[in-house]
Amino acid sequence: MSESLKIAVKNLNVFYGKKQALFDINLNIFENEVTSLIGPSGCGKSTLIKCFNRMNDLIDICKYNGEVLIDGKNINDPSTDPVSLRTRVGMVFQKPNPFPKSVYENIAYGPKLHGMYKNKNDLDELVVSSLQKAGLFNEVKDRLFEPGTGLSGGQQQRLCIARALAVNPEIILMDEPCSALDPIATAKIEELIEDLKQKYTIVIVTHSMQQAARVSNRTAYMHMGELVETGLTKNIFSNPEHAKTQDYITGRIG
Amino acid sequence: MNNILKRNKREKRFQFYGLFAVGLAIFLLLILLFKIFSTGFSAFNQTYLGVKIQIEKNVNLSELDARSVLRENIRNMFPEVVSRSDKKNLYSLFSPGAYIEFEEMLNSNNEETIDGYYYFLASDDLDMYFKGTVARQGNSAGKIKPNQMKFVDDFERMNLIKLQYNKYLLGSADSRNPEMAGILGAIYGSLFAILIAFATSFPLGILTAIYLEKLAKRNAFSDLIETNINNLAAVPSIVFGLLGLAIFLNFFELPRSASLVGGLTLGLMTLPTIVIASRSAIKSVPPSIEEASIGLGSSKIQTIFNFTLPLAMPGILTGTIIGIARAIGETAPLLMIGMVAFIVDIPQGPLDASTALPVQIFLWQDSPERAFVERTSAAIIVLLIFLFLLNITAVYLRKKLEKKW
Repeated sequence: MSESLKIAVKNLNVFYGKKQALFDINLNIFENEVTSLIGPSGCGKSTLIKCFNRMNDLIDICKYNGEVLIDGKNINDPSTDPVSLRTRVGMVFQKPNPFPKSVYENIAYGPKLHGMYKNKNDLDELVVSSLQKAGLFNEVKDRLFEPGTGLSGGQQQRLCIARALAVNPEIILMDEPCSALDPIATAKIEELIEDLKQKYTIVIVTHSMQQAARVSNRTAYMHMGELVETGLTKNIFSNPEHAKTQDYITGRIG
Repeated sequence: MNNILKRNKREKRFQFYGLFAVGLAIFLLLILLFKIFSTGFSAFNQTYLGVKIQIEKNVNLSELDARSVLRENIRNMFPEVVSRSDKKNLYSLFSPGAYIEFEEMLNSNNEETIDGYYYFLASDDLDMYFKGTVARQGNSAGKIKPNQMKFVDDFERMNLIKLQYNKYLLGSADSRNPEMAGILGAIYGSLFAILIAFATSFPLGILTAIYLEKLAKRNAFSDLIETNINNLAAVPSIVFGLLGLAIFLNFFELPRSASLVGGLTLGLMTLPTIVIASRSAIKSVPPSIEEASIGLGSSKIQTIFNFTLPLAMPGILTGTIIGIARAIGETAPLLMIGMVAFIVDIPQGPLDASTALPVQIFLWQDSPERAFVERTSAAIIVLLIFLFLLNITAVYLRKKLEKKW
């Protein structure tokens, strides 16, 4: 474990209109680790993860203060361009959302947008390698030019991961990536997360405590917009410090 | 058990109501279509009278006075006609168009001798009688007087009356003489106006919809705009005519009766429809797709142009074509800006004075001549075909764009 700090959240408060969604969050996320955010519905996990690539900017009524430092630079600073930030911080959503285009075009969209390739061969290679990294290439190699929406749910979600990988991000945010998938597809995604953490920093929101226990190095437990406890996953699950965490992981609340 | 029977009965009954409503609508529509087609169909043919023409070899055709030569040839067929009033009665069986046709025939003829029976356009009164629209009563039929009827009977005996394709209806503009009146000018006027209406309202409507739906911050101002656009869609079309009159004619001083002004006015009228349809189409694009695009580092505008608009396009186009179709059939605003004038020239461009199809229908149904009745119906048929083609285009575009998953 490398222990080098990738994301540091300092005194982050988020408001939706008058309602405060996150209270004074302080959290450290380390490079090449998987950090999972757990907690009951509505506790602010998704809100927090969307602060890492400023997706909350899209919501008019959303306001925030405090700092989110990525590699020591505050991304909430006005000088940060959220559009280029989002190429560094990729995101995978709860429901698989491939573009209504072919498998190939789905992957190629990001690189095309940012001009990340020199010629057609380059792009082809990038598409193939992204699909390989997402463990999808063998399943779709004959269907590259068929609609991405025609794949199965699990394949679609891995397509979305491959799409995020194609723009070569440093961090991948996953917002409940397996909640719409069956156990077999879930297992494949979890294997993939295991592989990906060698090269990327991963933050995953999950409702499944088993999943958090299986895939993550560190776990943060949130409750009602507050970060209750954070630490190494094995400690959180075996020996939580807070009673609320204990209650949640043993299934008494949530 | 009883309850379930009752419920099933109720469902059956409701199904029947629905079927009845649909059936009634179709039945009424069929009656309307039958009436229009049965009245209008005969207008596509036209009565022609045969005249024996003899012109000597050595005459220079282009120097002849077509009017007097044709009259001379007509008179030669009826040697007994000598009095002035009889001549007049005989000539008036022919349309003024007959002389024009004869002149054209002379001009295009390269043969040296003309000898034989040629057919020329008959007057609208004869047309009505020959088609059976106006019944014969003794020795008269409608405006055909007894001392004209004897010539008609002679022509019929000689088998010199026949129906030919009405080249005027689809080939010329309006005329005081029903037999020479056509709708080509109105078709051009409508076409120009619709193209202009589309070219202005489509981009403006989409841009407005994008701004309101995707870019504008929700505040009192955007609410105000939204309410006003929704209200504009319900404003009577004649008010848009007044708007066009005030802005385009009085303020910008664009030419009166021009299809440019008509198009701009219709464009204004269509705008709210397009904005509303586009907004709902844009709203129905799944936000997950837009999130995915934003998440990959596209800007808002890139997301809109790469995903939102293409995905919303079928809905936008459907709404637009519905709006445009409504605009094609619109008469009231065009009356206000002077497209109701009597115009005998086919407009060469959108700046020329012209009428539009619905206005032409409006003008003709108001004319006293009996022959305009069937022509009104014929113009309606053409308008319906116009609308039908437009709707087919809408369906085709929708299918084609939706194929892209």
